[in-house]
Amino acid sequence: MFNEQYDVIVVGGGHAGAEAAAAAANLGSKTLLATMNLQTIGQMSCNPAMGGIAKGQIVREMDAMGGYSGIVTDRSAIQFKMLNKSKGPAMWSPRAQNDRMRFAEEWRLMLERTPNVDFYQEMVQGLIVEGNRVVGVRTSLGLEIKAKAVILTNGTFLNGLIHIGDKQFGGGRAGEKAATGITEQLVSFGFESGRMKTGTPPRVDGRSLDYSKMIPQPGDDNPERFSFLDTPVLKEQRECYMTHTSATVHDLLKEGFDRSPMFNGRIKSIGPRYCPSIEDKINRFADKDSHQLFVEPEGWDTVEVYVNGFSTSLPEDVQFKALRSVKGFEKVKFFRPGYAIEYDYFPPTQLKHTLETKLVENLYFAGQINGTTGYEEAASQGMMAGINAHLKINEKDPFILKRDEAYIGVLIDDLITKGTEEPYRMFTSRAEYRTLLRQDNADLRLTPRSFEIGLASEERMRRMEEKERKSQAFVDFFRNTSYQPEEINPILEEVNSSTVGQADKMFKVFARPQVTMDHMMQLEKVSGFVTEHELDREVMEQAEIQVKYSGYIEKEKLNADKLQRLENINIPENFDYSKLKSLSFEAREKLEKIRPVTISQASRISGVSPSDISVLLVFLGR
Amino acid sequence: MVQNDTIVALATPSGAGAIAVIRVSGSDSLAIASGLFRSVSGKKLAVQKTHTIHLGHIVDGNRTIDQVLVSVFKNPNSYTGEDVVEISCHGSPYIQQEILQLFLRNGCRMAQAGEFTLRAFLNGKMDLSQAEAVADLIASENEASHQVAIQQMRGGFSNEIAMLREELLNFASLMELELDFAEEDVEFADRSQFKALISKIEEVLKRLIDSFAVGNVIKNGIPIAIVGAPNVGKSTLLNALLKEERAIVSEIAGTTRDTIEDEISIGGIGFRFIDTAGIRETTDVVEGIGIQRTFEKVDKAQVVIYLFDSSDTDENAKVEVEKIRNKYPQKPLIVIMNKSDLLSEEQKKHWKQQVPEGHFMSASTGEGVEELKEQLLNFVNTGALRNNETIVTNSRHYDALLKALEATQKVRMGMEDDLPGDLLAIDIRQVLYHFGEITGEISTDDLLGNIFANFCIGK
Repeated sequence: MFNEQYDVIVVGGGHAGAEAAAAAANLGSKTLLATMNLQTIGQMSCNPAMGGIAKGQIVREMDAMGGYSGIVTDRSAIQFKMLNKSKGPAMWSPRAQNDRMRFAEEWRLMLERTPNVDFYQEMVQGLIVEGNRVVGVRTSLGLEIKAKAVILTNGTFLNGLIHIGDKQFGGGRAGEKAATGITEQLVSFGFESGRMKTGTPPRVDGRSLDYSKMIPQPGDDNPERFSFLDTPVLKEQRECYMTHTSATVHDLLKEGFDRSPMFNGRIKSIGPRYCPSIEDKINRFADKDSHQLFVEPEGWDTVEVYVNGFSTSLPEDVQFKALRSVKGFEKVKFFRPGYAIEYDYFPPTQLKHTLETKLVENLYFAGQINGTTGYEEAASQGMMAGINAHLKINEKDPFILKRDEAYIGVLIDDLITKGTEEPYRMFTSRAEYRTLLRQDNADLRLTPRSFEIGLASEERMRRMEEKERKSQAFVDFFRNTSYQPEEINPILEEVNSSTVGQADKMFKVFARPQVTMDHMMQLEKVSGFVTEHELDREVMEQAEIQVKYSGYIEKEKLNADKLQRLENINIPENFDYSKLKSLSFEAREKLEKIRPVTISQASRISGVSPSDISVLLVFLGR
Repeated sequence: MVQNDTIVALATPSGAGAIAVIRVSGSDSLAIASGLFRSVSGKKLAVQKTHTIHLGHIVDGNRTIDQVLVSVFKNPNSYTGEDVVEISCHGSPYIQQEILQLFLRNGCRMAQAGEFTLRAFLNGKMDLSQAEAVADLIASENEASHQVAIQQMRGGFSNEIAMLREELLNFASLMELELDFAEEDVEFADRSQFKALISKIEEVLKRLIDSFAVGNVIKNGIPIAIVGAPNVGKSTLLNALLKEERAIVSEIAGTTRDTIEDEISIGGIGFRFIDTAGIRETTDVVEGIGIQRTFEKVDKAQVVIYLFDSSDTDENAKVEVEKIRNKYPQKPLIVIMNKSDLLSEEQKKHWKQQVPEGHFMSASTGEGVEELKEQLLNFVNTGALRNNETIVTNSRHYDALLKALEATQKVRMGMEDDLPGDLLAIDIRQVLYHFGEITGEISTDDLLGNIFANFCIGK
């Protein structure tokens, strides 16, 4: 059945697997997507939403490089919000609610339309490894499929164990069976594995809810979109709703605590602190007698509703009883209860920056198998693994994004340098230079990089160049054009900013915090320039950001450049740390384990002190 | 961390010597030195040739700090391989510190342990066989500075910084919470409280920076109370200290007949010795007032020296030492058993048992005098002394404090301009980073850990 050899086999068809297959195939690799269920490609296992703070930036980054997540999200969105609009531009974060079924369908269709992608539905049970190199996979039916590289994106399926109250059963997702064999084989190769835990809330029947008792949460009046290409902009949107738990709800939930696998010790693995179950919230924050719940529609047409904030593994009867006490949920009908799931992961310090494993050549890991959580985190790793697998088998230089270049760079560097003790989610505060890593400039940052390796299309490159050129010209216009006091002072008075006595460059007043592009547009010269050069919203926004935040952007660039010198000093792959007696014991141990590629990466490892870095520098001989 | 900015440090051993050499290395070293140096012949330092020496003054604006010789070495022909300026100044720690501070304020960074040598190595000024030696040097110097840091932790100002850092970290977490969890149901940072914290931080930083001026200490002298009954040898002790140092002595009449203050310079640091009447229990009303006065003086002193005549059979010493220790648990106390030259071995043994922390001293033979001086200087160098306020003695810390203050001021100005939190956070992180240089490490993990520990996050 599979006589030919593939370039890349991707195991798993979730967000990581789908992006991995798309990237490898678009670069020209003959790619096979092997998954246990072809009906669940691009499945949103948890909440029906993409993006959010820091995550939205990641989707934009993937899109800038030619990934599919942004396009799929735009095409299946039912609501769009730009979060954090009141903060600085680095914080603006796009988020969409999605139609869960359309989202998966879009993914499947986009992959089907991608040349070089083959599909096969069966469980991959093991890898075929020759020497230290992976050469294919073996399926549960005993089929052997050959490939030059394999990307594992198994999500929560590896020995997945689902918990609801005191019941537990094997499974990768509700209604789907777990995958076995891979962990055991990898451990026999010398891989270290661990267990992680995550959870999901009940899904309910929207027809049984009383929305009049809840607070509507509409989308933006002027919805934007994720993709830098011409995806559709939403004309109408579905509303979400907010309601709250109460002391009564908490008391009802507490009745089930003795049967909670979280509390009776049945679940031993670590869940994410920032995505706690409702029982965890009640337990840890006992003084709060109310928590927010977001009621999110699962699509345009379906009546299924997702109860965000009510993630739980309490017994189903307890879940049901408690939820019925929530305002608006008095007559709720369950589609399915919430549950917790434990699954195998492999501490990501066993990977290189390309996401290739250190132990087995041409084997890549992406997504929850690396201890991360979130669609966006998974998808971006998949994309990077797909790109790097293709580059590796074609003997090209690896494609690595730096921490000051992309959230994706921060994500992967954190994973392989620091590892993670709990499911890793991206936050803007994880980035040292977040003012540089904005959603508005993802294309400026990354499209050229991706174009260079042949992934981003010429169309993307052309658009990005036009945006760059036009916004730069607009910024220059503000730098070189003067205002007259009598035209600017009424505006300054209006925003309570001190008035000016004489003409000066527009840049200066525009840089004041209170003055916005809308104000500047009141000046004839400015609006004239916009009309003459046909500047669109995106270009105007880009120029505004570059004027208003230039000081901070420059400062962060300067700080990032300072580190650059260390980033450029490579540590040889087989460097023998044991001979460096001057290193502290802890540093030597960590360095041996993580084997950083550059001095800069070494400096981010906990336990490696500045003096250890100096010692390393000395031995690397400048 | 190794960078290519301009660094400065003392190149000769710290403490007082006839002369001291301060080394500045980096691309801006000539430009910075040029602005702070006034040549006697009016030459501009910046345009001088390599390997030349110039006589002149280091000036801070209109104030002349010292007459110095400045040597210019241009890259690559210098110790580090970078542009280097070496300033030979007079050896007093006061002058050294003044000059170091001046350079720090004008764009230099305090060099890390072994950094000059490291730069020399990285720039190819040493051969590879020296690598191990350099590495060991860095490791051991770091160890030494770590020791000092730990000592300062105990008695010094790091605690104060640690507390401020903690408070600021909490606020920074709240700020990050606003940013990363805007959708969540959490309380956000109260700006007016934050403003108050920032002005508090500014105040403390300014005070610490001022206290750093060892000049202040020298101008006023570090107050040391000598507690001891008459005739135990207080004046002999002072004379012994004096004889060695040939320092300037000023006699200031005290407020009462029985108080004399002697100012003595030891190792370039001024110490003000305050004589007291002792604390012998008494029923005599007049002497009772004397004891009260003694305690008042001890209150103001930074170090207490308890002196008794060990050749006397008086056994009260032990009780009185305890009494002082109980009353001033935080204050460094030196117990001196004077007139040790008159003791038999057996008597010495007896006293060693009775007062184990005591030091034997004989003002007439000179026994123990050097040790006492070292101990006093040690208090200064390790920052163990507290002057109601804390004294900052480490230039590295001074550098960190200056930078922290600068960043704090930016935070304050940002708040006045109503900047959004993500931009404020840039400067807040900077403050935390510089605090971290004093107290230990800081990473973004701290912020997140703090958030998860204290706030209910997550839908």
